[in-house]
Amino acid sequence: MTDATAQSAPSTEPETIWTEKVSFIDSVPRGISMLFVFAVFVASWQLSTSLGLVSPIILPSPAETLSDLIFVGKNLISGGYMLGALWITVKEVIFGFALAIFIGLSLGVLVGETAFGERAIMPYLVAIDTMPKVAFAPLFVAWLGFGIESKVALAAFIATFPIVVGTAAGLHAADENSRMLFKTMGATRLQTLFSMKLPKGLPQIFTGLKIGAVGVMAGAITGEFLGGGAGFGELIRVAASQLNTPRVFSLILYLSLLGLSLYALVSYTQRRVVFWHTERVGGDNA
Amino acid sequence: MIMSPETPAGDIVTAPPVYELSHVGKTYARNRVIALQDVSFTLRKGSFSSVIGSSGCGKSTLLKIMAGLIPPSTGRVVLQHKPVTGTRRDIGMMFQQATLFPWHTTIENIVLPIKIRDGRAAGQKAKFKARELLEIVGLKGFEDVYPNELSGGMAQRASICRMLITEPAVLLLDEPFSALDELSRDMMNMELQRICSTQNATAFLVTHSIQEAVILSDHVYVMAPRPGRLAEIVTIDLPRPRTLDMMTTPQFGAQVDYIRGLLDKGADL
Repeated sequence: MTDATAQSAPSTEPETIWTEKVSFIDSVPRGISMLFVFAVFVASWQLSTSLGLVSPIILPSPAETLSDLIFVGKNLISGGYMLGALWITVKEVIFGFALAIFIGLSLGVLVGETAFGERAIMPYLVAIDTMPKVAFAPLFVAWLGFGIESKVALAAFIATFPIVVGTAAGLHAADENSRMLFKTMGATRLQTLFSMKLPKGLPQIFTGLKIGAVGVMAGAITGEFLGGGAGFGELIRVAASQLNTPRVFSLILYLSLLGLSLYALVSYTQRRVVFWHTERVGGDNA
Repeated sequence: MIMSPETPAGDIVTAPPVYELSHVGKTYARNRVIALQDVSFTLRKGSFSSVIGSSGCGKSTLLKIMAGLIPPSTGRVVLQHKPVTGTRRDIGMMFQQATLFPWHTTIENIVLPIKIRDGRAAGQKAKFKARELLEIVGLKGFEDVYPNELSGGMAQRASICRMLITEPAVLLLDEPFSALDELSRDMMNMELQRICSTQNATAFLVTHSIQEAVILSDHVYVMAPRPGRLAEIVTIDLPRPRTLDMMTTPQFGAQVDYIRGLLDKGADL
């Protein structure tokens, strides 16, 4: 290497190769970093339980939690009663999200596209949005009963607002030139909406959908806590009342998998539909 | 060099008028600002005109009125013997940004105006013509590429095609290349001249660059601000076709200096 350099350019000084210094904390690969944080978390958890810092009723040991996690997992796989409960919650989440998307997009278009919607409907939406929506749970139970309907309603109620806001913001995202261009093309209002404004607003709409996907889970579980039924939330409530803390922990973990898959589904759809837009927030292309 | 609007010089003097503006004015009711006052001129078939002026001289208002995007407060705008009362198919427009839609491929972007006006089937049929246009602007082979993958100059070429697909009688160009670097800009201007002469298009360019206005135009409309009005129409008598070399000739320099003088004077009027 040095010989070749010397031969080709004997008069010049040897090439200086320098590399940019990256500090250690920025150079750790993702997998190892995540594993490290997990290990620290579990170690401090183990330490606090084995030193008797907290009562086992309040915080079970990691080993206890793991064995219960396996127990619940077996019950789910073998199609036990927990799978039935999970299925009820899944249905609530799916119906609630579908309802929220339908109402959210419709209201969002009304608010974002028409002056009437912005003047007459938006103020009421903002007013309702500032209310603690969980407080409506007893009302939904009173109106719709202890079945799945009241949970679907609460889930949809919570998830609708971010979708409305996202859709309205998305419709406002179209730039002046695009609007002028569609006007010079002689496009009708509906053509402009469907061929330009809605596609332009998809990134914002999907942001609303993602926030909604998180809200819909919270709504369904809160609905089950407050309105009974036979879903996963009810299992958690019963386990908590029996001071079966390991069970509460493992049920929450499995529930988080449900929330995660819903979020992943929305993310995946976004990448397929809004293929031209590279998202930099949310760690999608980290 | 000073000409009245009714008697344009050069070989286009006999060409039929395409665009006629008489006593066009615009007052914004909201703040009683006179954006445009008593503008009259005629654009003849195949002519290239530029409008130049400092900001606030009503250039963009004039362009929007000509495009049928906003109504004038006074006066008449007539295009091909029919008054302009809204946006029209025979008006093509181009902006500073290419404004291509990222979810459509290049060719889909180009046939969009046809699709919007005549439906999906007509849009499909127009793809044949779109391919021809792409070849004219040197974008052959980029039909199915998404705009994200086009450079700024290529995107503006595609947006030229989109403007031409409806075969407009007049091209309204709102600083179309000012977002490009200077080298691409000069090249695109020569390209624009070539396209306009092959299509025998009537073009109306809004620009901030005196050089650009002089090298491209038969007439330069110099505007003055507060209230926005036409200060003078300067006829450019450089021979056609124009080349970039002409920018070094004394004749070119004299006309640039003359227009700069007008603009400086306009500032303290």
